[in-house]
Amino acid sequence: MAQHSATAQHVVPRKVYFAVFAALMVFTATTTAISFLDLGPWNTVVALGIAFLKATLVVLFFMHVKYSPRLTQVTIAGGLFWLAILIVITLSDFMTRGWLPVLR
Amino acid sequence: MVDAAAPAAPVTAEHGGPSELQHHFDTMDQQREASSFGMWVFLVTEILFFGGLFTAYTVYRHQYSRAFAEASRHLDIALGTFNTAVLIVSSLTMALAVWSASVGRRRAIVVFLLLTMALGGVFLGVKAVEYSHKFHDHLVPGPSFQFPGPDARAAEIFFSLYFTMTGLHAAHMVIGIGILTVLVLQARKGRYTPEYHTPVEVSGLYWHFVDIVWIFLFPLLYLIGRHIH
Repeated sequence: MAQHSATAQHVVPRKVYFAVFAALMVFTATTTAISFLDLGPWNTVVALGIAFLKATLVVLFFMHVKYSPRLTQVTIAGGLFWLAILIVITLSDFMTRGWLPVLR
Repeated sequence: MVDAAAPAAPVTAEHGGPSELQHHFDTMDQQREASSFGMWVFLVTEILFFGGLFTAYTVYRHQYSRAFAEASRHLDIALGTFNTAVLIVSSLTMALAVWSASVGRRRAIVVFLLLTMALGGVFLGVKAVEYSHKFHDHLVPGPSFQFPGPDARAAEIFFSLYFTMTGLHAAHMVIGIGILTVLVLQARKGRYTPEYHTPVEVSGLYWHFVDIVWIFLFPLLYLIGRHIH
């Protein structure tokens, strides 16, 4: 944080907010429109992919993380890594049940 | 060593900084960054709070994918899309409230905060309409739950998760509107300046976080089950 303390607070130009807003609205319309097409398993992939894109835009620009101190960025990454541990290790149990002929 | 008799009060004056600078920070920038870092640490705990529910949803959807798809088709995709758009507009107005504070447009702060609160109210109103439809259609888990076909029990799990996740999200919206009410009252008094508007900034982080939770709830609950039979 020390090297950032010397710098002035970063004011993001308003046009960045309007551009991000436009992108979020387009992505929302896109994800709803695509849900009417039958893409098999790709429906889930596309819907979650668009959700991740939208969330990334909100985090980086509306929440100023692109301009935040490295400490904040690393903390957020750590939180997401812990979320990944929660989901991946839980699913590694549930999705592999029945793979081996062991007594239940 | 420290002179015990020295007056303790004018500590901030010693820094030559504004009166909002607390004595344990060296500069306003350091104080602001510590506050937003603290908010982010809280939001990380919130990520894992909601993360547990998202994990539960994933496990049950894996186990009962057909029933979850069938149940999710009972949600109103038009209302879901509308509410997603409402929340995105509210995130824009929140970002503009923070922007107004950072450039010193005091009236604009109040206007954008009120707009954000109004949009949050619209979202909750639409949610209330959706909930009342579910009560009317006997889709609320409990003794009066009715679902045609062999998947009724699994569908009840879907609606349990639906009400828990959207309910927890709505509770966050209500708290957010409460926080913004305090901000509006403070902003009207001219409390926020380009040098000091940390409460607006960290409340903005909270509001955007709640928007992000909905960005994931919307496709998972409303969209992805439409073609699974």
